[in-house]
Amino acid sequence: MYPKELKYTEQHEWVKVEGNQATVGITHFAQDQLGAIVGVGLPDEGTTISKGEALADLDSMKTADQIIMPVSGEIVKVNMTLETQPELLNDDPYGEGWVVVIEMADSDEINELMSADEYKDHVAKEAGA
Amino acid sequence: MTMPLIFEKSKQGRKAYSLPKSDIPGKETTELLPDWAIRKKPAFLPEVSEVDLIRHYTELSHRNFGVDQGFYPLGSCTMKYNPKINEDVAALPGFNNIHPYQPEELVQGALELMYKLGRDLCEISGMYEASLQPAAGAHGELTGLMLIKAYHESLGEGEKRTKVIVPDSAHGTNPASAALCGYEVVEVKSDERGGVDLTSLREVVSEDVAALMLTNPNTLGLFDENAVEIADIVHSAGGLLYYDGANMNAIMGIVRPGDMGFDVLHYNLHKTFSTPHGGGGPGSGAIAVKEILAPFLPVPVVKKDGELYTLDYDRPDSIGRVKGFYGNFNVLVKAFAYIRSLGAKGLREAAETAVLNANYVMRKLQGRYHLSYDRDCKHEFVIDASYQLKHGVNTNDIAKALLDLGFHAPTVYFPLIIREAMMIEPTETESKETLDAFIGAMLKIAELSESSPETLQEAPHNTVVGRLDDVTAARRPILRWTPPEG
Amino acid sequence: MNYVPHTKEDRSEMLSAIDVSSVDQLFADVPLEIKLDRDLNLPAAMSELELMNYMSELAGKNISTDQVVSFLGAGVYDHYVPSAVKHIISRSEFYTSYTPYQAEVSQGMLQAIFEYQTLMCELTGMDISNASLYDGATGVAEAAMMSSRITRKQRIIISQTVHPDYRTTLKTYAHNLDFDVEEIPFKDGITDFEALKELISNETACVIVQNPNFFGYIENMEIASEIAHKEKALFVACVDPISLGILASPGEYGADIAIGEGQALGIPMGFGGPHLGFITCQKKHMRQMPGRIAGETSDNKGRRGYLLTLQAREQHIRRERATSNICSNQALCALAATVYLSWLGKQGIKELAEMCLQKAHYACEKLSLVPGLKRKHSAPFFKEFVMKMPLDPEKISSDLISANILGGLPLKRFYPALSDSMLIAVTEKRTKEEIDMLCRALEGLV
Repeated sequence: MYPKELKYTEQHEWVKVEGNQATVGITHFAQDQLGAIVGVGLPDEGTTISKGEALADLDSMKTADQIIMPVSGEIVKVNMTLETQPELLNDDPYGEGWVVVIEMADSDEINELMSADEYKDHVAKEAGA
Repeated sequence: MTMPLIFEKSKQGRKAYSLPKSDIPGKETTELLPDWAIRKKPAFLPEVSEVDLIRHYTELSHRNFGVDQGFYPLGSCTMKYNPKINEDVAALPGFNNIHPYQPEELVQGALELMYKLGRDLCEISGMYEASLQPAAGAHGELTGLMLIKAYHESLGEGEKRTKVIVPDSAHGTNPASAALCGYEVVEVKSDERGGVDLTSLREVVSEDVAALMLTNPNTLGLFDENAVEIADIVHSAGGLLYYDGANMNAIMGIVRPGDMGFDVLHYNLHKTFSTPHGGGGPGSGAIAVKEILAPFLPVPVVKKDGELYTLDYDRPDSIGRVKGFYGNFNVLVKAFAYIRSLGAKGLREAAETAVLNANYVMRKLQGRYHLSYDRDCKHEFVIDASYQLKHGVNTNDIAKALLDLGFHAPTVYFPLIIREAMMIEPTETESKETLDAFIGAMLKIAELSESSPETLQEAPHNTVVGRLDDVTAARRPILRWTPPEG
Repeated sequence: MNYVPHTKEDRSEMLSAIDVSSVDQLFADVPLEIKLDRDLNLPAAMSELELMNYMSELAGKNISTDQVVSFLGAGVYDHYVPSAVKHIISRSEFYTSYTPYQAEVSQGMLQAIFEYQTLMCELTGMDISNASLYDGATGVAEAAMMSSRITRKQRIIISQTVHPDYRTTLKTYAHNLDFDVEEIPFKDGITDFEALKELISNETACVIVQNPNFFGYIENMEIASEIAHKEKALFVACVDPISLGILASPGEYGADIAIGEGQALGIPMGFGGPHLGFITCQKKHMRQMPGRIAGETSDNKGRRGYLLTLQAREQHIRRERATSNICSNQALCALAATVYLSWLGKQGIKELAEMCLQKAHYACEKLSLVPGLKRKHSAPFFKEFVMKMPLDPEKISSDLISANILGGLPLKRFYPALSDSMLIAVTEKRTKEEIDMLCRALEGLV
């Protein structure tokens, strides 16, 4: 449920680091909490966003949420398929449901992210609370 | 059977309209307008005969449920009977066919009505001055918050006071209105009796608070006994109190928001004062304020100068206007007619009966439905489906099953602080027989949830359509009809 | 009269059923110190007959357009309301229902809204419509806020030829959101696009222009749209729906958002409300649309049905991050517009618009022949235009009343520089005889 090779944030984004680029999506836990995701608001390619700021909007049947930038940088690729098939975020959060690719401004920021094991504990705590 | 759209009934060359024969020397459009101004592609409006038009919309009306069709216990919406006389008086040509920019001398009756309605609304709420301009409850909220902001700005505290406190049980419009007014929203928890938790309130109240928004009785239908203390806490920090008047039907003539310490409120004239909801609008969100907020009211304000009623625009501290003209006048006429038919005693009796009816239904359902707060309620109450959930039946299933039994459903999944909530507001205009029939239906559903949960899970069975696929509707939105190719 | 059905026996049975001795006991939790210890100070209750007499008396103190011939417009128009419209919106299945939350028993209103959305899209040449807003004025404010959400910019540019009430409403909203609102001046009654080019920058969220503008003149929307788009600002067109029978649609000149006042579509003037705010937009902006939207879907048996959709935009889900705080629409007014537009049909809207155009031009021509009167501006117009008067227009307006004429709007209150002028509106309802009567009356006055 939480692939080992990925990094995670407290707000339930996953990050896959390849060189200076980071692919970002939402975790299985996040999509489960949101329920059926019905719409996304995606950023434009070329936008620069700082860590902690809103990256994209997510609308589900019962709530509306935001994806938060896990690391600062420029958006170099956007998964436009999500606009017409938002269900990919539910059905395949770590694969077809990826959201953006970021060219990182400061790759040291990845050290602040959680490992899969740490994230698992985090989720357990949140689910228990 | 699928009901066709009006467009699907269209046939080229048919028409319902008739226009007078032109009696002036006509000129071609191209002579009167430059070419770039003229439309190239005509709008595809349907072409139907008048009889087809009337039958189409009459058929649609048969597929719609209103208060005139049956019991409508939609919590927080006060679906009381809409008296027919109100429709008739509002349709008088002297009210309906007058232009908002007519000289004031020619609309004295309209201005007198607005002035008197404003005074009545102040008396009912214990306030000083009113504005009838806001078009709906949410619009009234926004206007009220703008007044609060203008007040703080006038004291030089506009920058400092950035927060609005909203209880976790509040209507969703409260935080949305506060945000639209540029405020940061701070949520305060409810206590075990369903009221505002005073300890939490004290923690969040400070010099940066602009206002607290509250409805009392609250969305659980419970009267907050600490109203005065809450007002003191907020006032002593320099904040103001906003009253969400959605629940005024519980307290007319019994207790007034002004006397509880509130500084501004909005009314939902379409709830409390019987004007019809029109399938979602138009309503009216008239507001009333204490004297300290009066200078900031939107312009114009109706004023009485001797025997003459005028529109006062000369209010230098006014926030401006929040809408075109003077408000939803036609709705105001109906609300005024209602207040004048009931009088003081009638309003009080309406509130008392609304509360009696709610308590009667609540106590009859208690035991078979879970009641989170076992207290006397006001005009509405909240139960939940936690007993039924054990059999796999949720609130939505119960709501849909009620439709099959000829009732409108309660408000569901609100307030958010109660899981599987059902908010029931019977209103005062329902007879004991109607209430008993509804209670019977609810008890039958409770029974079915044990004996035959699948019937409920598939409800409704008797409506013109069954449960609709809302997920696909949101993922692949079809928001208009598209003409077939060619 | 209070419409409470309980008999004495009902009441006591209900009280004993809940084990309470009196209704007062149910209010025991209201602290005594704040309880009202008197009756509300309101006039005595009236019977239905007394009420009808009293309300008729009040209504009688107003002069209605049934009694006078009206040339007053300025955003609210004396168009004919067909009987079909009145009869449909008087059906209580519609008017006594609430927002269609329970779709299965609200298919009538939902389908009507879906039809309304289609009609408004067709009329404005746009992709998406919502279920309606309060009115034209709040429509302008909602369009500005929507533009700001889309562009993430806070500068709004609006032409001074947009309805003055719409502009003041926008400014009231803008103040609380820290928006900058700048106005484009006008020249000869038309937006000065050179001035717009000076004002616009890459900080601009949107440019708002009205067509026909407040004075009734046709703006060159294509040019305005181009200027806005060049700076990546959105272009917002505020339009008169009747004019769209002949005038280029917002879709045709590339508007991002179209808004307007729909009162002309079968809704009485009613002293300024309730009216109908409409808003349509291009598909790419769909999720930033404020307010209710109806959508098509199917039920568990595959039957077509309608429901409120895209609700994640709205306040009850998104709360403080909602696209707007609006949680209602003017459903009954939207229904009136739907029936009205279906009554007119494809040909009718064009013929009606042409008739307004022609009658207004006839009136303008005839009025220009009255000694002392002349056109204030020379721009092309639709159903309204500005006449310069030889005397104080307010005086003329009040003198016309004795000739049973409701004159045009004296412009002084909104445009001090036009204090010598009157805005005159001519709808299809005005006859040659009535227009000639206005000319004769003015000849006698000036």
